[in-house]
Amino acid sequence: MSSVPENAPEHCPGTDSSNAGQASACAGCPNQQICASGAAAAPDPDLAAILARLATIKHKLVVLSGKGGVGKTTVSAMLARALAAQPLTQVGVLDVDVCGPSQPRVTGTVGNAVHTSASGWSPVYIEDNLAVMSIGFLLESLEDAVMWRGPNKNGLIKRFLKDVEWEGLDYLVIDTPPGTSDEHLTLAHYLLQGNAAAAVVVTTPQEVSLLDVRKEITFCERVKLPMAGIVENMTMFVCPKCKGESVVFPSATGGAASLAAESGVPLIARLPLDPLVARACDEGTNFLLDHPDSPAARAYLDLAQKIKEYFSTNGPFVS
Amino acid sequence: MSTETVLNGVGETIVVLSGKGGVGKSTTTVQLAFTLRALGYKVGILDVDLCGPSIPRMLGVEDQDVLTTPNGKWIPVMVDSEKKLSVVSIAFFLNSKKDAVIWRGPKKNAMIKQLLTTVAWDVDYLLIDTPPGTSDEHLSVMENIRGARVRGAVLVTTPQLLSVDDVTRELTFCQKTQLNVLGVLENMAGYVCPHCSECSNILAWGGGESFAAKSSLPFLGRVPIEPNLCQCAETGQNFMEKFASSPIADIYKSIATKLIATSSVPEAMEPQEGR
Repeated sequence: MSSVPENAPEHCPGTDSSNAGQASACAGCPNQQICASGAAAAPDPDLAAILARLATIKHKLVVLSGKGGVGKTTVSAMLARALAAQPLTQVGVLDVDVCGPSQPRVTGTVGNAVHTSASGWSPVYIEDNLAVMSIGFLLESLEDAVMWRGPNKNGLIKRFLKDVEWEGLDYLVIDTPPGTSDEHLTLAHYLLQGNAAAAVVVTTPQEVSLLDVRKEITFCERVKLPMAGIVENMTMFVCPKCKGESVVFPSATGGAASLAAESGVPLIARLPLDPLVARACDEGTNFLLDHPDSPAARAYLDLAQKIKEYFSTNGPFVS
Repeated sequence: MSTETVLNGVGETIVVLSGKGGVGKSTTTVQLAFTLRALGYKVGILDVDLCGPSIPRMLGVEDQDVLTTPNGKWIPVMVDSEKKLSVVSIAFFLNSKKDAVIWRGPKKNAMIKQLLTTVAWDVDYLLIDTPPGTSDEHLSVMENIRGARVRGAVLVTTPQLLSVDDVTRELTFCQKTQLNVLGVLENMAGYVCPHCSECSNILAWGGGESFAAKSSLPFLGRVPIEPNLCQCAETGQNFMEKFASSPIADIYKSIATKLIATSSVPEAMEPQEGR
């Protein structure tokens, strides 16, 4: 029974069963044809290539959130920049949000194209030690919509993991779309077969966000993706005029602190809501360099430190 | 399966869309529903965000269940005692708040088809709240609501370029699937500091309006960040009733009126080949 995928329909006979693709439960399953052809019983031909590529990356950090618009992209980009603040640390950002790729905007690389060579795709470098890869670089214009169903998205993510020529990365920060669906399952499937992968879960203090983030934590537990911690974003607003603090997104249930207590995942950062961060993201500039003394910059550098500590005590593992 | 009628008992349907997450699709849906109800209509909300359903929380009906009629139809959950605002969401079918719907596309599609065909609605307007993106859920909704009377889509964005980028892609989606766009709503435009009353443009300014102008779409209005509204969404209270005289209530009223203004009743959409 070990060949039954975790996300399979109920009563799936298992991909290497003699009934694969022919049982009544297989009707309507997207992989029915593959199973029936017997191809599923054979090992995934790309797996070896993906694992070889993943082995060159020391630490892989997946930035997740069940909710959209809580700042996954911002946190990914800022965290990558904070990690890359040390010149000898090689950092990559992989944007697997296929339908809404925002990393090109946030990193100031809109309009860049990816070079294809015989050995793969070379990412776009924004610093000597910071590279970015996103589907945004493969589209002709900003208006192009990627109207893909799951299997196409999975295929692209697989290619991202297999074909992008990162050069000896210390950290790969992976920015994801909201939800607990195709992209997340595919990503977790491959990352967990490699070494040293962990997730950070981003939320705002609102219950409306925590509601979805709870589901994301359940997802991580279900697929056995370790969680480095919870990041609470947009906690406080600091007025640029009077420096007075106020709560823009009030919490009815105690915010991320209560989620951390109830789930056992540590709360590792509380990031302020700073209009200058939003602007730096729209313009693609390096906020950490432009405003090194702001509370937001300090909070991000502190978060980067926590992530380094997490990986130094929890890996890199060899699988 | 194809003989089942789509959205039976629904007058007209409005789809709330945005390429970007967290821009306020659900909040907008809920506030527009409250506003339309206050204008005297019977309103339904269908939440097709399967992985992150937020509507029940915002309406304060998290713990309710969907009942089934003897002939297998689902009865929407009534939000108010006059039974003029009803809602269906996958959250009603989950056992606990922690339960995650970890589904790949085909399962989501089947669920959406069922949500669109097996609910016993009795409403003048149905608002469909969607997840972010242009993928399975959206394609399935568009495939299945052909044959229903669809007034069109509301595109929600924040003023940030980051959000406008994604909404631009959503507009391309609407054009390709021939979904009429009713207009653009700019949400989270500005925040008034409670200490000094300085209005900060936390998330830039005017992005939605200039996007509407550039794409020749009607600009429906601009809604500022309002902590009272967030608080109501957090606790499931009716902002429109509690703060009926606030400027935001007026903004939503003007937007809702614009949405239903055109007198011509939309024809049923032409059935299109499945893609």
